Amino acid sequence: MKNLKEKQKRGMKRDWILLGIILIIAVVLLSIFPDRKEPVINTLWDYFIEMALILPAVMVILGLFAVFVSKETVIKYLGKASGIKGIFLAIILGALPTGPLYVAFPMAASLLKKGAKISNIVVFLSAWACIKIPQELVELQFLGIWFMLSRLTLTIIFIVIMGIFIEKVVEWSEDGKNIKSSGGV
Amino acid sequence: MNVTAIIINVIAAASLLIAFAKDREKATKSLKIAGKSFIRMLPMVFVILIIIGLLLGFVPASQISRFVGEQSGMTGILLVGVVGAILHIPALLSFPLAASLLEDGASVSAVTAFITTLTMIGTITLPIEIKELGKKMATLRNGISFVIAIVIALIMGAVL
Repeated sequence: MKNLKEKQKRGMKRDWILLGIILIIAVVLLSIFPDRKEPVINTLWDYFIEMALILPAVMVILGLFAVFVSKETVIKYLGKASGIKGIFLAIILGALPTGPLYVAFPMAASLLKKGAKISNIVVFLSAWACIKIPQELVELQFLGIWFMLSRLTLTIIFIVIMGIFIEKVVEWSEDGKNIKSSGGV
Repeated sequence: MNVTAIIINVIAAASLLIAFAKDREKATKSLKIAGKSFIRMLPMVFVILIIIGLLLGFVPASQISRFVGEQSGMTGILLVGVVGAILHIPALLSFPLAASLLEDGASVSAVTAFITTLTMIGTITLPIEIKELGKKMATLRNGISFVIAIVIALIMGAVL
């Protein structure tokens, strides 16, 4: 089992290598087709400006939540919530920018062991994966408010349906057995 | 500078001020985390920027729309859906990429399918998900997420 830091470091190295390769490809392509230099550089610059305007702010918001909202807080609130309130909380807590998805799995596992509802956990994980607040902000910037709002609404509706569905399926097939015992097969 | 960018920056600045007023030490720590995540993300930011530049500069809109545009229909949507599920790029960077594809002739449905499967489904994190939550829940969640993503994509295509 490799530790997280090492994995991150390796990921960083891989990203830099990827950047090098892409850069070489771009330079080669542009020297073969010099007439394309202008549109490519212009597009690149436009998108660069748009990203530069928001990414630092998005990162600051990410950092603040990571420090001020602890894992324990999330587990505490989600563990005892049920019904509509539970689903609502699962979406809100999942959407808070508190870290990458793999952080959420152990949290979800411990919540399930403590008796949290499967539907809430599925909604929580899915919200964590795809309706994170920083993501929504960037989506707003690049794709506009109608795109962002429609996709957000549809996503919330469907992950709630999925959560309830998965809960029913797991309950049928496991007959109330502990979820963890089926793991690691 | 557009309105969205201004709003986001105001929110960030205001939250930062409140954080500093509340707890100096924690606020400094979050700034450090922000800086670190920013640097970690930087190479991918440039990779995506160059890809966008090359995409819009070299690939004609007619080519893009043939594969992922309106006339590609269901096949195109499923295709990008699968690509999104497998690809592992930071979700934050999928939006500029999606915007550039839209600009270059991709359909709303295809772009939605791409973003949604990319964020919802984690093939790279699947082993951890299986280990923590069991095979049944992990495969159900990822499998159904794919179907959902396609449905959301189709609705988005019809609405927008």
